[in-house]
Amino acid sequence: MAERRTIRTDYLARVEGEGAMSVRLAGEQVEEVELRIFEPPRFFEAFLRGRSFLEAPDITARICGICPVAYQISAVNALESLCGAEIPEPIRLLRRLLYCGEWIESHALHVYMLHAPDFLGFESAIELARAAPAAVERGLALKRTGNDVMVLVGGREIHPINVRVGGFYRAPSRHELRTLVEPLERAREAALETVRWTAGFEFPERTVDCDLVALARPGDYAIEGGRIRSTGGLDLAPSEYDEHFEELHVERSNALQSQIRGGGTYLCGPLARYSLGSELLAPAAREAAAEAGLGPTCRDPFRSIVVRSVELVHACDEALRLIDAYEEPDAPAVPVEPIAGTGYGVSEAPRGLLYHRYRIDGEGTILEAKIVPPTSQNQLAIEDDLRDVVARNVQLDDDALRGLCEQTIRNYDPCISCATHFLALEVERR
Amino acid sequence: MSRRTVAIGIGNRLRGDDAAGIEVAERLRGTAPAGLEVVSCDAEPSRLMEAWSGADSVVLVDTVTSGAAAGTLHRFDAGEEPVPARAFRSSTHAIGISETIELARALGRLPRRVRVYGVEGAEFATGAGLTPAVEAAVGRVVDAILADLEEEP
Repeated sequence: MAERRTIRTDYLARVEGEGAMSVRLAGEQVEEVELRIFEPPRFFEAFLRGRSFLEAPDITARICGICPVAYQISAVNALESLCGAEIPEPIRLLRRLLYCGEWIESHALHVYMLHAPDFLGFESAIELARAAPAAVERGLALKRTGNDVMVLVGGREIHPINVRVGGFYRAPSRHELRTLVEPLERAREAALETVRWTAGFEFPERTVDCDLVALARPGDYAIEGGRIRSTGGLDLAPSEYDEHFEELHVERSNALQSQIRGGGTYLCGPLARYSLGSELLAPAAREAAAEAGLGPTCRDPFRSIVVRSVELVHACDEALRLIDAYEEPDAPAVPVEPIAGTGYGVSEAPRGLLYHRYRIDGEGTILEAKIVPPTSQNQLAIEDDLRDVVARNVQLDDDALRGLCEQTIRNYDPCISCATHFLALEVERR
Repeated sequence: MSRRTVAIGIGNRLRGDDAAGIEVAERLRGTAPAGLEVVSCDAEPSRLMEAWSGADSVVLVDTVTSGAAAGTLHRFDAGEEPVPARAFRSSTHAIGISETIELARALGRLPRRVRVYGVEGAEFATGAGLTPAVEAAVGRVVDAILADLEEEP
């Protein structure tokens, strides 16, 4: 009779939001691994019905306090493409600048406050701050610079208010944007230091084998839009998403889990973006990646902290490039008239692909909305990785195994608030 | 020379009772007592630390939801010990003010005196004003901060 064990953690720290996870072991056999997710975005989909299509960016921004820009941009992408709006280049690039601010803010928070303590043996960022105050100050300054970009371009940092269907309510002046140059130059230096810092951590060797999915656009490390590509060879317009990806309802929880139709588990986020497009990173980011020992692809979830750091360099560099090239648009927005039909929009949230679909009538009333956040898409991949990590480490005692499970989840920077409501970690050995 | 005190009102003007901290800051600004600097901001950690940088004393005012009756006033002295994190979890995403206080303490960036007022909120609907109980509590916080200021050496 195999020994059966139960391990429980009631609250998983250092992830965005709250949720539940359980692992059940019988001897050396992993019986079940489950990341439990209750999904607020589904309620948002209902809130959206009957509202004007012009309200979608402001309503969906409320889904997440960390990645509101992602929600706004995927929403406007969907509605503008449906209504045939031609968005002028300066507005599109201004949106990317805003998005760079969100990447900097979100990645700095995850790398320094949530993830680094795992590698350095600390329970929290507060312990890390006592041991390595200079590192934490560097992380806070980086995060702050990302917030400052969001305030200037987005109107405010949490739930920005400046993005609208057709463009922005107000376009900043060149002069205003210049005030970000000096902080962003400092941030780029701090990001390079972040890559060197995280590259020095110790990493257990891990590889995930599933398909990687990220946006791509010729010449760009895709952020605010693009086509959907995968390592398995998919190359899709946003309108083809539903033909190739499906969400499954899982009986044991309220979660919807995404998979590729007929292809199974996939992963989106930094590892996918990097592996599908590392050659398109800014030169400074590419050099930093090479110095950190990253090859052209990276399938190691533990090393995602290095990839996020490389993306920090890219986002700072790209923001500086965009500010340097910025031309004030003739008008902050172009008029957009509603057209009855279905619109599809995607963008790269800090933690991965964010898909929106809206059906509207000729008056612009939203009849149906679908939102697939990256954490839902990554849920199966996280569970698969967790199952394998547990199977390879059953010899560990409960505390050590629990710690490794938590770190494995944090490797994916799950935004559980986007996808879930409550997360407690439960490891059961029977 | 008066010791420098910074009062920081935290909140969102557009979300009902979440505006309590901002409202306190505005009323304090109206009274403009000597030696008091008033700041309204969000709870972004580095912005908070910057706002109280160099101050001897800081007073933070935020809306809380602990299950108590609307308008209930919670007061914590965080100069020596942490404030309960749960009360101030305005968002599950961000670093809350209790974590920011502990980070600042670890980094040696916490003023000597740290008082935190939590105003129990009830309504957070978009566009709603303060509920009457919270409105009354805002007045009590302003009075308490001004009284404290008188007593400080």
